[in-house]
Amino acid sequence: MRHVISPQDLSVTEIERLLMLGDDIIARPEAYAESARHRKLATLFYEPSTRTRLSFEAAMLDLGGHVLGFSSQEASSAAKGESVADTIRMVQCYADLIAMRHPKEGAPVVAARHAKVPVINAGDGGHNHPTQTLTDLMTIHRELGSLEGLTIGFCGDLKFGRTVHSLIAAMRRYPGTRFILVSPTELRAPDYVLDGIRASGCVCEESRSMEAVMPDLDVLYMTRVQRERFFNEADYVRLKDSFILDVPKLLHARPGMIVMHPLPRVNEISVKVDDNPHARYFEQARYGKYIRMALILALLEQGKEGAIL
Amino acid sequence: MNIDSIHNGIVLDHIQAGRGIQIYQALHLDELDCVVALIKNVKSAKMGRKDLIKVDEMIGLDLAALGFIDPNITINLIIDGQVAQKKPLNLPRELVNVMKCKNPRCITTIEQEVEQIFRLTQEDPPLYRCAYCETAFRN
Repeated sequence: MRHVISPQDLSVTEIERLLMLGDDIIARPEAYAESARHRKLATLFYEPSTRTRLSFEAAMLDLGGHVLGFSSQEASSAAKGESVADTIRMVQCYADLIAMRHPKEGAPVVAARHAKVPVINAGDGGHNHPTQTLTDLMTIHRELGSLEGLTIGFCGDLKFGRTVHSLIAAMRRYPGTRFILVSPTELRAPDYVLDGIRASGCVCEESRSMEAVMPDLDVLYMTRVQRERFFNEADYVRLKDSFILDVPKLLHARPGMIVMHPLPRVNEISVKVDDNPHARYFEQARYGKYIRMALILALLEQGKEGAIL
Repeated sequence: MNIDSIHNGIVLDHIQAGRGIQIYQALHLDELDCVVALIKNVKSAKMGRKDLIKVDEMIGLDLAALGFIDPNITINLIIDGQVAQKKPLNLPRELVNVMKCKNPRCITTIEQEVEQIFRLTQEDPPLYRCAYCETAFRN
């Protein structure tokens, strides 16, 4: 049984085939409108989410399937003290596929151990978020035409930002990737992320200035400084405005450079950037539904002849 | 000092000096009823000083835990007063319930039935990471 817990659970070839399936779904949505008929997706969201949960649900509905689940810990038996393992043992009786978000890191690993249906990690604390990574890869693939030989700048909260950790882990597998990490000292990427880049042989540079690195970038990936990842409020207030993207900073960007953001945006990207030709973060959210449709299909069809997984 | 030879049992040799007590505790040797000798700071041509543990009974050993604490230990199995087998240790690929993850955000801090699993992600210097949250284990 294949699960998708970390971006590394999918090979480069499997990702390429998922992207191609995503392309085909975008081109011919009607051909997939009944692909998951009579199948059910359980969305187990132990912490709040708008985009990820809605895009999973929209993806399943657009495939002709059904959705059930909960959208907060309080609305589930976890509030009564039920373990993740027991919740999964129960939910798998009702659903063909599980998408799970949990505030604790590694919770989907526990879920996958006990599940007889595929589990998708929809975000575990500050750790991994593989479907956001697939969304990001889909965006780069659609907008730049290739995932190889790119210079990607990550800016903001690189310590707790799980989307950053997952995308770095995915992009370090493509030849010629150059990483430029821009963050305040307090929010530097964790050692294991930096170790992973070094071990892959990719180039990694760190900077404290967005302007200085802007001319080098093919992709600028902005992140939110998340209040819920901090143990104390004072640290959050001091660091949240550290790195803000505005239109003047983009004047130094290459013509084809794209600005991405996993959303929700707070104030790290000025709203005046939204209409700028570099901005792609709302398209990115749109691609998220299509690549999740591709992933759901691949997991439901796994093991069959010609299947992606 | 005179320590009797053992007839059937195990000798853990080449323990880094000072680590003997850690091994003694990790293997729960205090719970055994047979003769157990922990000898500290024995002169060694190879190591200068070393610790040594003799157990006067054939017992099952947690080789993974032992390899994690000190992969340079040699295990001698003694049968009828002779060294019947010498077992070198390797760094275990996986450790189960040997240590706990210290990341307060890890699922292992709240999920009661979950085993504590660490995997070797780097050999030199050895580095183990939690199988759930990937946090590195540091002593």
